[in-house]
Amino acid sequence: MPIQSRNFKAAPMIILLSLLSLPLLIMCFYLIVDTITNTQPGTLIPDEITFEHWRFLWQTTENSSANIWRVTLNTFVFSITTATTILAISLTAGYALSRLNIPFRRFFLSGLIMLHAFPTITLIIAIFLILQTLGLYDSLIGVIMVKSALELPFGIWIMKGFYDNVPWEIEMAGVQDGASRFTVWRKLVLPQVQPGMMALLVFSFLTAWSELVLPLVLAPGNKSQVLSVYLATMLADESSIDFNLMKSVGLFYVIPVIITYMIFQRKLMNIYGGGTKG
Amino acid sequence: MKIELRNFTKRFDGQAVVDNVSLTIESGEMIALLGPSGCGKSTSLFSICGIHRMDEGQLLFGDKDVTNLPSQKRNVGVVFQNYALYPHMSIFENIAFPLVVQKADRATIRRKVADIAELVQISDLLERKPANISGGQQQRTALARALIRRPDVLLLDEPLANLDAKLRLEMRSEIRRIQSETGITAILVTHDQVEAMSICDRIALMQKGKVVQLDKPREMYANPANMFVAEFLGNPPIRFMPAELHENQMIAGGAALPRPQHLKQSNLPDKINLGIRPEHFGPQFGNEISGHILAIETQGRENLYDVALSDGGVLCSIQPANDHLNPGDTIQWGIASQHLLAFDGQGERI
Repeated sequence: MPIQSRNFKAAPMIILLSLLSLPLLIMCFYLIVDTITNTQPGTLIPDEITFEHWRFLWQTTENSSANIWRVTLNTFVFSITTATTILAISLTAGYALSRLNIPFRRFFLSGLIMLHAFPTITLIIAIFLILQTLGLYDSLIGVIMVKSALELPFGIWIMKGFYDNVPWEIEMAGVQDGASRFTVWRKLVLPQVQPGMMALLVFSFLTAWSELVLPLVLAPGNKSQVLSVYLATMLADESSIDFNLMKSVGLFYVIPVIITYMIFQRKLMNIYGGGTKG
Repeated sequence: MKIELRNFTKRFDGQAVVDNVSLTIESGEMIALLGPSGCGKSTSLFSICGIHRMDEGQLLFGDKDVTNLPSQKRNVGVVFQNYALYPHMSIFENIAFPLVVQKADRATIRRKVADIAELVQISDLLERKPANISGGQQQRTALARALIRRPDVLLLDEPLANLDAKLRLEMRSEIRRIQSETGITAILVTHDQVEAMSICDRIALMQKGKVVQLDKPREMYANPANMFVAEFLGNPPIRFMPAELHENQMIAGGAALPRPQHLKQSNLPDKINLGIRPEHFGPQFGNEISGHILAIETQGRENLYDVALSDGGVLCSIQPANDHLNPGDTIQWGIASQHLLAFDGQGERI
């Protein structure tokens, strides 16, 4: 029974880790419980079940004038467009950097690493001014462009790593078989980096979903608001803070993330594995 | 199809890797580019298939000049050392890929793949993925994919290097069979002289970017152009020993030998190098040379003797297996003087 004995050996570690993460677990538990119950001050046991904390779904609340469904749609548009933009550009740029003999290749590569490490917040004023000049301030397109641009170095770098692992011979063989470089890339190379594609797509979607600073500064208006900003505006209004309402919005905000993780968690692991399996 | 390479030069960073090589391969012939690593044989291969640009020279397929054509437009089949099968495609899709690129219709593709799969004997594997078949089968698949377009020339880059010893023997004869059945012109790149000698019509032996000798295997073995060629061909390898030529005799290996018939000319230098192959040294050739046995290697059918001569040189002898001798024994053996290979101080054949 090797599996069982291994489990027993790990038991002390599991208990220790459980104890350490207990506060988090309790918070998560109450996050869910509090959204559908009311609890009297001074006690931990809820005394009534209610759906009033979810009222933001069917009416505008006192804290925010934006419509939740509009905001949710915005968030999806923002996240999906950003993720696909990042993927499309990373796929092509990563290939070029990995394979093509382009001028200034080394310069681009070191530039990528530097940009990746660059703190976004320092750029925010410049970006704000640029967007305002271009007339893209307070629009989804503007934030999408900015967010994609800022995530690109990471995406390109990851994809380049995946391309680097595809054997040269496969491409040479494709060319010998009479296929153009583009066909070789699309039919022979892309399938090899598919794990990377999936991982990058999901990863970009999640980072865009959780992005707060850029939309808050660049698209704060009701028309282009996203969920993170919606939640933040609730917090900012100190006069009438309703914690249970906030918890409900928070839960609503996090559900797509959890679902995405559950579906794609194995593929997401690939992003740091970076290998192809035959 | 006849392949002709004229004054081909390839440089990397200004350094000539292949230097002014000319080579003609007759239609239906299988030729080996043989040489140690770094001699330019793979570079030549990749230039013929169009992956490398030629810096100078011309390449002709038949009468057609393909020097400046891209790989896609040269009709060349290549088998890569690691086979380069497309891992996400089935064996069928792998073999069919060149036809799919040409946009052939489905029925044609199915028929042609079936034909070629039968030729290379993988008909029952077509649904599998490359990861799920053995090395030899991957090799056959790579061959099938290279052959399906009926290429003008088939290029094989170290095709047997990744196989184990037994499969290597099997695939060696398989490659030869498939090549002669299709009648295709083929170029085999290898560093293994046994491989080159056993399946090729001719061998081009390369060294430092030049073709040192181009000949039939048998001819090259018997008449090497210089010491490098002599040493490269033959296993166990040839042994060299210095010799002094006198009027009627020759001092070599601590013994005075009669001057061999083919070294009778008077214009030869006094000091030469003799090359003696293992099969030309042994008791059946006389008893002029004395020495003692350093080591015996048993190879089943044959025994291999390393013999230290009285002047310090070492010769190798191969003889039918027997148990008469032990390491340390002194022997009196002779050499087949008509097979002696003589080289001058620069290593060129006399």
